[in-house]
Amino acid sequence: MGIEILFLVLAIAVVAFGIGVIVVSRRNIAATQAPPARPARPTTPPPEAEPDAADGAGVLVEEPPVEPVEPASLRDRLAKARLAFTGAFVGVLGRSGITEESFEDLEEALLRADVGVGVTTDLIDGLRVKVAAKEITEPQGLLDELEAEMVSRLDGSDRTLAFDADAGGPNVWMFVGVNGVGKTTTIGKLANQQIRDGRTVLLAAGDTFRAAAAEQLTTWAERSGAEIVRGAEGGDPSSVIYDGVERAAARGTQLVMADTAGRLHTKSNLMEELKKVRRVAEKGAGRVTETLLVIDATTGQNGLTQAREFREATDVTGVVLTKLDGSAKGGIVFAIETELGIPVKLVGIGETIEDLIPFDPAEFVAALVEP
Amino acid sequence: MFDNLSTRLEGIVKKIRGKGRLTEADVDEVMKEIRTALLEADVNVAVVRSICNRIRETAIGATRSSALDPAQQVVKSVNDELTRALGGETLSITYASKPPTVVLMAGLQGSGKTTNSAKLAAWFKGQGRQPLLVGADLQRPAAVEQLRTLGRQIDVPVFSDPSDPVRASAAGLEEAKRLGRDVVIVDTAGRLSIDAEMMEQVRQISAAVDPDFTFLVIDAMTGQDAVQTAEAFHATLKIDAVIMSKMDGDARGGAALSVKEVIGVPIAFASTGEKLTEFEQFHPDRMAGRILGMGDMLTLIEQAERAFEADQAEQAAAKLMEGQFTLDDFLDQMQQIKKMGSLGSLMGMMPGVPKELKGAKIDDDDLKPIEAIIRAMTPDERAQPVIINGSRRQRIANGSGTQVGDVNRLVKQFGEMQKMMKKFGMAGQKPGKKGKKGKRSGGPKGRGLPPGLLDPNAGQGIDLPGLPGMPNMPGIPGMSNR
Ligand SMILES: Nc1nc2c(ncn2[C@@H]2O[C@H](COP(=O)(O)OP(=O)(O)O)[C@@H](O)[C@H]2O)c(=O)[nH]1
Ligand SMILES: [Mg+2]
Repeated sequence: MGIEILFLVLAIAVVAFGIGVIVVSRRNIAATQAPPARPARPTTPPPEAEPDAADGAGVLVEEPPVEPVEPASLRDRLAKARLAFTGAFVGVLGRSGITEESFEDLEEALLRADVGVGVTTDLIDGLRVKVAAKEITEPQGLLDELEAEMVSRLDGSDRTLAFDADAGGPNVWMFVGVNGVGKTTTIGKLANQQIRDGRTVLLAAGDTFRAAAAEQLTTWAERSGAEIVRGAEGGDPSSVIYDGVERAAARGTQLVMADTAGRLHTKSNLMEELKKVRRVAEKGAGRVTETLLVIDATTGQNGLTQAREFREATDVTGVVLTKLDGSAKGGIVFAIETELGIPVKLVGIGETIEDLIPFDPAEFVAALVEP
Repeated sequence: MFDNLSTRLEGIVKKIRGKGRLTEADVDEVMKEIRTALLEADVNVAVVRSICNRIRETAIGATRSSALDPAQQVVKSVNDELTRALGGETLSITYASKPPTVVLMAGLQGSGKTTNSAKLAAWFKGQGRQPLLVGADLQRPAAVEQLRTLGRQIDVPVFSDPSDPVRASAAGLEEAKRLGRDVVIVDTAGRLSIDAEMMEQVRQISAAVDPDFTFLVIDAMTGQDAVQTAEAFHATLKIDAVIMSKMDGDARGGAALSVKEVIGVPIAFASTGEKLTEFEQFHPDRMAGRILGMGDMLTLIEQAERAFEADQAEQAAAKLMEGQFTLDDFLDQMQQIKKMGSLGSLMGMMPGVPKELKGAKIDDDDLKPIEAIIRAMTPDERAQPVIINGSRRQRIANGSGTQVGDVNRLVKQFGEMQKMMKKFGMAGQKPGKKGKKGKRSGGPKGRGLPPGLLDPNAGQGIDLPGLPGMPNMPGIPGMSNR
């Protein structure tokens, strides 16, 4: 840190505070002395008078109660969530032709699914061009084209989970993400699948921060039949991962799943810690073959920033989209995959051990787009 | 990645400024940017529409007013509208006349209920209460264990019963009465708003404990779904207030606005970190600035107010920009700023600060040698650093335990800074930027400050129009190379 930058910082700080204080004191003076000068303008209507807000809000209330379902396909799981969103598509199909409202309905549906303004505008503009060129003339065609375009943008990604049998030591799959997205739960579910598929699995409890995180992972180890290595709460996560890899190597265990503490991508010290965990995982015989970023389906536009930052720190190889069994659509992963090129590999659809399925672009898009 | 709204609007604003009046087409263009900014901030689509309609009216009103800078009027009306939408009624915690006061925590999986239950317990403790935590999340493995650990950290007892969440909650209430605890906080399992069975369960818990307050915990990173979730929980439980969690990230937090607008209950608390003390009452005005990407200037002002004597700060700023700022003043300001918090976090809160600076890791320890050098100077030297010659330098270096080169650099940089700030101060007074704003800066307190800085109609009134341009100002680019 040079002296130069400090001077600049201090100068800016001094000026900013000076001004801030002045403004505040002026405001106070103004408030006690006279009403602020304002241009004459119509008073704005009260918020309750706003039909739009009520529209968006009322959807879910009318939804009939749903029976809990057995773990099934994503499509089934999403059916109930989809009810809430049918408005837009019913609107599109309800018109005899394609009008400006058709585009607006679709745009709104995509935005509501958290696809994001940039991607949405791009998709809708594409549709407009095709409609203008008379390539699409029917409302159903509009929906079909949107779906096809979205699926095609997800085409060709490799969604398999990388496992190198010739790694000369255990494969390590790391799980990273912000707090509470479902890292630990996903590990439990995936360990169960891997063991069922005949691999030997060890779970490394790298979340040494959150209270009782190791207990939580231990429960999942018991449920799935995996081994577990855990360290002391508040201890060094890297050493837990290292111990896990060493133990796996010594016993010939094929796969280590490394849990990590949830962290916000804005905390640079915690992101550094994550880099270290990844380095240490490969210090001995282990090789990191997957680093999976877990993203919660309710995540909004911040998901894209999360993906960027975690990729920067840990070389993310895939995304796990969790909680798609809820009313959120997880549209942000569409942006993550198409803009950052990180393939979505798995989808979490519930809290039980069976609730993890491979990501299927067609089903995912259909859930976003179909009525 | 996403430009903040202030930056986005800058271009349009410039254009409009040239015209002096807003046409409807200008308003449309501005509204498009505002809509995009709100959507990128995760404000719900329907809420965006209704808010934009209201802002539009104000903006159109501004086109008819020639008295005000229309662009500023628009930016201000956006901020006003958001602050209004986020604010209004606040939550006042009243305690049950017959204790205990019961608080129920609800929300989606992973939203942060358990951590915030503990934070709330700590908060109640701070209010002089004796809370009891009740673990009714029997769903997620080790959730009760987590709560127990947190309870130990804040020295608050935790009760649970592994047999059934409804029974655990009811028994927890009894336990509180038995122990004479006057606040009970019930942590429930995360549940999806569309999971009928689980929603019925939380309704039963609520019926069993009859809460005085039901808090919905919502993750600040939530997207469009926030509205669905809040609606459904509100329909089942009648939510009293919202706790926004994970506010320490960089999500714009539009969910807060959406939820407030749709279920109309106040946002009572913001959770701002993983430490149990990082929990505070929610400030709607700050959130408005954040959603718009205008920096957390209000927090800054509040902190400044706490630490500063108003005139002193004002004088310092004026002196600085007039180039009459001495090393003594500098030392003084340094102390004040240190009181306000770490430099790094202060820089982060200021809008318009160049990115390079925001990213720079600023360690407050870096200030120490500067302080030592200045303290080793005589009063004359501090007032007029030019008199510092070779032998004085050596003496100062010895006295402060630094190198002569360090003293040199400090003196030189101080001179640069003075020059630069003087230019900055003058830039605002150049003709062209004057016009109608010049009049308003003529007040007794405006001495030496660029008029735009004091314009009560500029953005939040505290935007720093001069700062974004700073990196291009003469004197600065070279600074770090010298
Ligand atoms: N409904 C649902 N809940 C999930 C899913 N995945 C995880 N969860 C829940 O989300 C919460 C947080 O999960 P956890 O694994 O502890 O998150 P972590 O902090 O990232 O490790 C827990 O209550 C989980 O049961 C999912 O796919 N669907
Ligand atoms: Mg975890």
